[in-house]
Amino acid sequence: MAEAKSISIEVVYRGIFQKTLAQRICRSVVLAARKKGHTGTAFARYGDSPERNGVPAKQFAVVAVNEIELEASMAKYEPAVVDISIAVDDTLAKGVESWAWYGRQPLWKPVAPNGFLLVTSEKTPDAVLAQTDAAERPYTLGIIPGGASFAGLWVYKDDHTDYRVLGALAKVAPQWMSLEAAKDAALDLSKGDKTVAASVQYGFDATVLRKVKPGEGTKGHEKLQFDKPGWTKMRPGIVVEARKPGERNPQYKKYTARTMRPVVNFDTCIKCTMCWLDCPDECFEVTPEGHYEVVYQACIGCGICAQVCPVKDCIVMVDELKFTDNADKWQLWKKDRPGYNAWFEKMSGVPADPKAAGAGAPVGGSPATGGED
Amino acid sequence: MAIDTKQREGSEVEVEQLATGCEAIAEAIRLADVDVMAAYPIRPYDGVMQAAAKLIAAGKMDVEYIVADGEHSQFEIVKHACAVGSRVFVGSSGVGWFYAFEAIAVTAGLRLPVVAICGNRALDDPGAFGTEHNDSLACRDLGWLLPWAETAQEALDLSLMAWRVGEDKRVSLPVAIGLDGAFLTHSQHIVKIPTQQAVNAFLPKFDLGDRLLHPDNPITIAPQVDQDWLMEIRRQNDNAMRQALTVIREAHADFKRIFGRGGESPFLDEYMTEDAEVVVVGQGTLALPMKVAIRRLRAQGRKVGLVRLKWFRPFPTEELVKSLSRFKAVGVIDRDYSFGSPYYGGVLYNEIRSALYSQQKRPVIVGFIAGLGGREIEQPMATEIFEKTEAAAKGDLAKGDVCHWIGVRE
Repeated sequence: MAEAKSISIEVVYRGIFQKTLAQRICRSVVLAARKKGHTGTAFARYGDSPERNGVPAKQFAVVAVNEIELEASMAKYEPAVVDISIAVDDTLAKGVESWAWYGRQPLWKPVAPNGFLLVTSEKTPDAVLAQTDAAERPYTLGIIPGGASFAGLWVYKDDHTDYRVLGALAKVAPQWMSLEAAKDAALDLSKGDKTVAASVQYGFDATVLRKVKPGEGTKGHEKLQFDKPGWTKMRPGIVVEARKPGERNPQYKKYTARTMRPVVNFDTCIKCTMCWLDCPDECFEVTPEGHYEVVYQACIGCGICAQVCPVKDCIVMVDELKFTDNADKWQLWKKDRPGYNAWFEKMSGVPADPKAAGAGAPVGGSPATGGED
Repeated sequence: MAIDTKQREGSEVEVEQLATGCEAIAEAIRLADVDVMAAYPIRPYDGVMQAAAKLIAAGKMDVEYIVADGEHSQFEIVKHACAVGSRVFVGSSGVGWFYAFEAIAVTAGLRLPVVAICGNRALDDPGAFGTEHNDSLACRDLGWLLPWAETAQEALDLSLMAWRVGEDKRVSLPVAIGLDGAFLTHSQHIVKIPTQQAVNAFLPKFDLGDRLLHPDNPITIAPQVDQDWLMEIRRQNDNAMRQALTVIREAHADFKRIFGRGGESPFLDEYMTEDAEVVVVGQGTLALPMKVAIRRLRAQGRKVGLVRLKWFRPFPTEELVKSLSRFKAVGVIDRDYSFGSPYYGGVLYNEIRSALYSQQKRPVIVGFIAGLGGREIEQPMATEIFEKTEAAAKGDLAKGDVCHWIGVRE
């Protein structure tokens, strides 16, 4: 990028919750570059609006040495190729199914060869890479220490994620943003909060970089790509085929909206139907025994099932990155109950048998949701 | 509704009736066995409401007659009724038409063959009842088929054509028949009312096929889409409008065969054009005073004629270009306005100019804005129109002097 005349950066974020965060990052990129005399633009992808909770969405910043170069890089409104992609939630490693396109795309998809994929995470680069689609081109994975910021949309409670990201950018793209310029921009953005410079410095110092070779990553994620038909092949009258009873939408699955997933203790389930009734996405299938199993392909991880479930710890929300696939688990429980219960305990951190919880078991509070690396 | 029309009406032969344009339309609603019609009063459309209500009250027609709380609901009601397989009728006038405009746009977008009349009326302000074509013309770009009737007979005939063409699977688009307020909607003429048997032979049952919204055919219509789909959907509608030209030709041939009426061309009604050097073009009832003027001017040896355009959408470019390129000069009479348009001409003027642009041999074209707000086009005005067009043919009009307001006080 040494002789580049422009740089394109995208921020991949969780719809609504992280919209303001993504906007602040993109704006600060342009403002910081402006301090070096560059020009730029920051914008959200129009097709992602209206956003929905948790649905992966994108915002962009393009910076160039002058207006002519900026226009040249903006001739395609949304950059098809970016130099740096920033994911502000590590569960996005599982891929992006956006409102703006059909199918699931690898998180690194628009990243140029030898570009950067920066992820805010409390996990190691290897742990994030293990959940990222196998690379087709070499790139550098950077982990910016910190969990997924849910600083908010309307009321923005700043947790300095944006400043740490600026520090990381100063590290990987110093020709566009010096550390000092990043600190200056952060100071402007925070309206004069002197503590932000330390966060920029922390992002610069603590970001861990790891080169990724083609083939590194997981091949376990579902390939969800579709060809769009031409007008002569489409049904007239804007008709959409309805799903048959019991059939789920094969084109739109929504699971990349998930940051946590519900895990069910079938042994304590009282078959009350509450999860099945209240699930806004109709994710639950009734088993022959009258239990309710989660269809993870359809679950967006909203957590309503866990909220309405009247049995303590029967449905537990667990960090999505603990799982490597979307397979339904009821079959395992049916075949091998102790095996299933051991899996349930390992994932949820909650005893499968409430009587066995005894005195030593944690009482109240939310079960383990952090990483287990 | 399926009712025994023979028993009800008892007429096995074509009968004549003295009817207004609105009453003729009501007869068409009866003959087409319309399932649902929606009404909201606005003059001159209310003439159809009243005529249809009388037919129902007299036990001559069985139609679900819904009086809506406004034009927007009125058009939404028939759109939805159409989506579940009903043959429908609706209509409005002037700014009432505009109040329905969201529904008007989505009906065409969804390819639902609603048949409407637009009782052409000046747009407020100022409030006025008289005819102007800007209400109909406002939806010219949306995918509505737009025929214009000259007489009460043609109003009935075009209605039957409208259901036949609009409901054809190759088209499946809504149709809005333009009826000049007062001159056509509220004056009575002798109208031939065809037999039910003849209408049944011309007009098949409405069948939406696999687009029918019904529990047995589970589909979703009217979804939200993004830029990945919209252009393909627009192109489909474009193709439907192209197909409409063919379907109108077919339907017109059938109409002539079954009813023995309809003129030579489905799109153009030509009057004394065989040897004409100068013609005027217009739509709707203004044909009458122009024909009278033509007969008067012909008596003076002037080679003048009239080409009346019956369908504005789809625009019969091929037929119109072929016809008009025979003449030295063409005067286009617009009963509408398009403020700030090229040469300050009317809508029809600029469309016709555009259609002729690529022709090697093309006539001089002069534009006339006339008869707005129901003002009559009186004989001196008709004469003035022809004189100016003849002057243009001779090259006597000043350069750039191409559009004229006729009969307006200076």
